[in-house]
Parts: sequence; structure tokens; C-alpha cells
Amino acid sequence: MAEASYPEDLKYHEEHDWARIDGEEATFGITWYAQDALGEVVFFDPPEIGAQVTKDQSYAEVESVKAVSDVFAPLSGEITAVNGDLADSPERINDDPYGEGWLVRVRLSDPTEVDSLLDAGAYQQLLQASG
Amino acid sequence: MSPAADTLRRTPLFERHERAGARLVPFAGWEMPVQYEGIRQEHVAVRTGAGMFDVSHMGEIETTGPEAEQLLQRLLSNDVTRIAESGAQYSVLCRPDGGVLDDLFSYRLGDGRFLTVTNAANHEKDLAWFRDHADGFDARVKDAHEDWAMLAVQGPDARARLERLAGGELPKRMRTADIPVAGVPCLVCGTGYTGEDGCELMIRPDGAPAVWDALLEEGVRPAGLGARDTLRLEVCFHLYGNDLSEDRNPIEAGLDWCCKLDTGFIGADALRDVEPEQTLVPFAFTEQGIPRQGNEIRTEAGAGVVTSGSLSPCLETGIGLAYVPSAASAPGTEIEVDVRGKARAAEVREKPLYAPQRKPGLRGGV
Repeated sequence: MAEASYPEDLKYHEEHDWARIDGEEATFGITWYAQDALGEVVFFDPPEIGAQVTKDQSYAEVESVKAVSDVFAPLSGEITAVNGDLADSPERINDDPYGEGWLVRVRLSDPTEVDSLLDAGAYQQLLQASG
Repeated sequence: MSPAADTLRRTPLFERHERAGARLVPFAGWEMPVQYEGIRQEHVAVRTGAGMFDVSHMGEIETTGPEAEQLLQRLLSNDVTRIAESGAQYSVLCRPDGGVLDDLFSYRLGDGRFLTVTNAANHEKDLAWFRDHADGFDARVKDAHEDWAMLAVQGPDARARLERLAGGELPKRMRTADIPVAGVPCLVCGTGYTGEDGCELMIRPDGAPAVWDALLEEGVRPAGLGARDTLRLEVCFHLYGNDLSEDRNPIEAGLDWCCKLDTGFIGADALRDVEPEQTLVPFAFTEQGIPRQGNEIRTEAGAGVVTSGSLSPCLETGIGLAYVPSAASAPGTEIEVDVRGKARAAEVREKPLYAPQRKPGLRGGV
């Protein structure tokens, strides 16, 4: 995806991760800004299904040719699915960071944590302020 | 832009990098392009076509005078007297205890005239070392860094693209020639650090942008330091600061081929009869994952450490260079790399990890 985009229906974490909330569950991924900063993703090392993730803590790594980057959990919960297609095609994280490049699905342990996340407008303001 | 950016030095091609969409990063005190469209694309362009790297951050030392050769013979590990007229040679610069101060290419430009190319981070240190040891030699040591921009044009098509711009015959591998490129006087050197064929152009700084533009016009792709690193790693060329340091000697680094002990260079005595406990070896992962510098290694003969690691764009697997116990250094030896807590299976390999596909009839590599 060549152009920056930040869909309105997602919630954002300041470490450049997004969450798509679906009741008691959520899908996580990294933002357009994160994949652009990293460059072409060549390896995603997923967590185990059933693993617990904690908001604001690293739960996985994405790697470009030159760099390793931690992926932070925007919310707490238990991993119920990982995107297995990324094993062979990690570049989907670059091509479609909010769609086919999703990373994991999580059953949320505390849905009220959602209130602390940023909406698309606030996240873009954060990017502009730090840029 | 980071606050330190205004103290970083820029090459004469800085504005060309910006125009080409480079991602510029601090590197050894310089603001350098790490990539343009992507490391993998640039890597593949150099392996299959032609790419160009601005390496003007690298330093040059000019050594001239009736005893310039004798001075270099004392400083450099290789046999400097064997450099042919207009020839090139790789060597290391050692401390008396054999620790490596830098690895260098030297060119014989004429009678009593040599040019030595240094790594950017080591240039000032090397220059001081050259000067400190020049007493007693009828030779002059000059910092020539400001005199030259340097552009490495590399890849199986590099020579063909250059030929269309060159006002004379390109030098053969490991030779130099004074010829104009795109009308700009250049010292063209048949060297490079990617394993591919090609040339390195030494250009007066104000002429560098015109050469860059002409090469771009010929379809030579800009390539950044990121691709330069993955390219050299696939062919197992050392990178100072990663695979070489003052704490390692050239024998354990596998550079004994360029250490001619009977020339009496500084460090030669310490390197005589060295049987290194550890040896630098190439390795490749036999499972998923990417090794990184500093990862620990476990072998049946003891521990080791990764000094360079990356994904290999050509082999599509994790590769690296590592110091391992010499007893575990034979190709085929199974080793384990600790990648941030995960044990990954790997195997010691032969050099090079990737063999460039040379065109028939072309002479071999370094």
C-alpha cells in the first residue's frame, strides 16, 4: 500500500498497532506508519495459540532484512488465531496492513481497556506531532 | 529529522539521493542512503543487472615518495611489492599484537604513488597510524578524503552500462585506469565489494553528480548501504566493526591469505604460529528465522557469537558470519543460534554462501 491510510473503524495504540474490535474479540495488526518505517517485512514470528498477551507489552516480532521490531499488544487477552498465511507471504503486512496483513485474533480479557486507545484522528495527530 | 542531523557530513551526491527517494540514516558520522525502494529490490538489481552505491563516506589516504612502497609494506599485511602497475590489493592494518585496525584496498597509481581506501569510521585512526609510523621513511602521507567522491557500479551488466559512458577501455578486474566517464575524469578501479563484476569510480567531488545522472540514464539502479551489506554478506566479505575488530586477529578472521608474514609488517610477529581458538565461519539457518549480530551460538565444542546476520535475499534463508570454536568450524557442522531466546538450527557452510552467476569467460572474483 503506497499511500498512508488510517481507517476510521479501527482503534490505535501509540506503539503503532491497531485493533479491530468485534464484541469480546479483536484482531491486531501494525499500522501503515509502522510497516513503512520497517520496510519490506520478511519474517513474522507469531505467538502460540492460547498464549496470553498483555496490553502495552510485546507479543511478537516482525523483521525486515535489516531490523527487528517488537509488536505491542494494544489490548490484553488470549490468542485464538494467528495469520498463518504470513509464514509464506509476510509482505502482506506491507501490501495490506489492515486486511490480509492482520497478525492475530485475541479474546479480550478486559474490554474496558478499549477506552484508552486512540481513534484514527488522534493517532494521526500523534504521528504529526512526533514527525 | 534527528537533532544530530546537522552535524552529519554529506556526500556530493546527497541531493541526488533525496531526489531518488532515499531513506537517509546516520552512518559513521555521515548521512547516507540505507535504501531507496527497498533492500531486497536493490539487492536483486545488483545480482541480475546493475546498481550503483555512493560510498563517498569511505576515506582515502595518498602515500607518495621514493619510500612510499616500503612504508606501506611495513603497515599493510599483504605484500605491497606484488601490486602491479595500476593494480589493486586487499590487506589489513594491524596493531603490533595482531589486532585489526582496518581492512583496506590499496591501488598503485604510479611510481611511488599509492591510494588506500579506508572505512569511514576508521579513517582518522588509520591516518594517524600511517603518520605515526612514517618517520624514517622518505614518504608523504596525505589525507585525500576531500579529493574524492566514490561510486561503486556493480552487477553482471555494470561493465556494459559503464562502457557506453567511458572514454576508454575499462580496467580489468583488480586494475585501475584513468578514463573519463560521462565526460568527467575518473580513476576507474576494477574492484567492488558485492561479489559481482563491476567497477568503482573515484571522481572529483564536483563531477560526481554528472556521473550519477548519466548512470541513472543508462538504467543503473541506485542501491543503498542496506543492500551493500546483504550483498557482501552473501559472498562472505568481512565488514569492519562486525566481523573484524581490534580484539580479533586476521588469522581467526580467515584472512591469512592476505597476511604475508615474511614482509615484516607491524603485527606479523604476533601472528606467526597462531592457532586460533575461534574461527570466523559462514553459516546458514536450516529452519526459519533470521540471525542478528550479537546472537550467541552453541556448538558441541563450546560457545560462539554471530558478528553479521541477515536474511539472504538470494537464498531466502537466514545467513551470517560467526566466530565459533575452531573445532566446530568445518563446513557441515551443525550449530545452534540463540535468536532472542529462541534456539534456531544452523549449519556451518563453505565460502561463499552464494556464488554469483558469472558470465562465461569472465575472470574470477577476489
